[in-house]
Amino acid sequence: MMPDLGKYAVSVLSAYGATLAIVALLIWISLRRGRKVQDELRSLEGRRDDA
Amino acid sequence: MSFWEYANPKRFMALSSAALPWFTALTALVLSVGLIWGFFFTPDDFRQGSTVKIIYIHVPSAFIAINAWLMMLVTSLVWLVRRHHVSALAARAAAPIGLAMTCIGLITGAVWGQPMWGTWWEWDPRLTSFLILGLFYLGYIALWEAIDDADTAADLTSVLCIVGSVFAVLSRYAILFWNQGLHQGASLSLDKEENVHDVFAYPLWTCIIGFVLLFITLVLLRTRTEIRARRVKALIARERMA
Repeated sequence: MMPDLGKYAVSVLSAYGATLAIVALLIWISLRRGRKVQDELRSLEGRRDDA
Repeated sequence: MSFWEYANPKRFMALSSAALPWFTALTALVLSVGLIWGFFFTPDDFRQGSTVKIIYIHVPSAFIAINAWLMMLVTSLVWLVRRHHVSALAARAAAPIGLAMTCIGLITGAVWGQPMWGTWWEWDPRLTSFLILGLFYLGYIALWEAIDDADTAADLTSVLCIVGSVFAVLSRYAILFWNQGLHQGASLSLDKEENVHDVFAYPLWTCIIGFVLLFITLVLLRTRTEIRARRVKALIARERMA
């Protein structure tokens, strides 16, 4: 299934590897911050409703 | 209903909440098809060998890096003219995505350039203006973080965005302005003579659409976070005053 990349295998695979790593990191950071801020907002609005 | 009503944070949150699952699914589908097609089912180039497969990530990431800045320019101008907070926050949300795409463009370009040009880097007009665009992204993000007052930060970053747009345009058209350097012209254009062969062009277009969808999905997600963060800040300030 894996195509024969010949003498350029390292170049091609490292380009794809770096891209996937950066995109995965970007998605993970975006989701993590999103969840954190959402939790913070819920807790603040809960406190406000209780008051 | 006027288009500008979507700049209302509540309306934006409702609309983006409904749109996000669709964009996420579409992004995963189109990006997977494009990358699998390009990597596994396209032939090697007669001159570049298998390195031609880097085109499916290099061109879309560079395309997004440049156009993300232009999207930020439009939303920054909307902020400056109409003072819609959502547009300023959308620009802020897009910047890290643009920076990530610039990094991908630079890394994949270097990795591709080494075997083809014999060098990782060259101070070529296109490469240099693209690097400067990356530095503008860093400066833009840093400026948002450095200023406490959100409106002042939005004003100053909007001005920075207008200035940086010169480099976004240069990154795209440097090759036409100076007609020198190692980097070739457009891989895809409406001028049929310049285009890459269809066997590479179709998966490349699919990857470009996939990257555009990824950008839209992440901008929606991150803008929602920025709107919530702004609300958190407002509630904390209100609590302190009470």
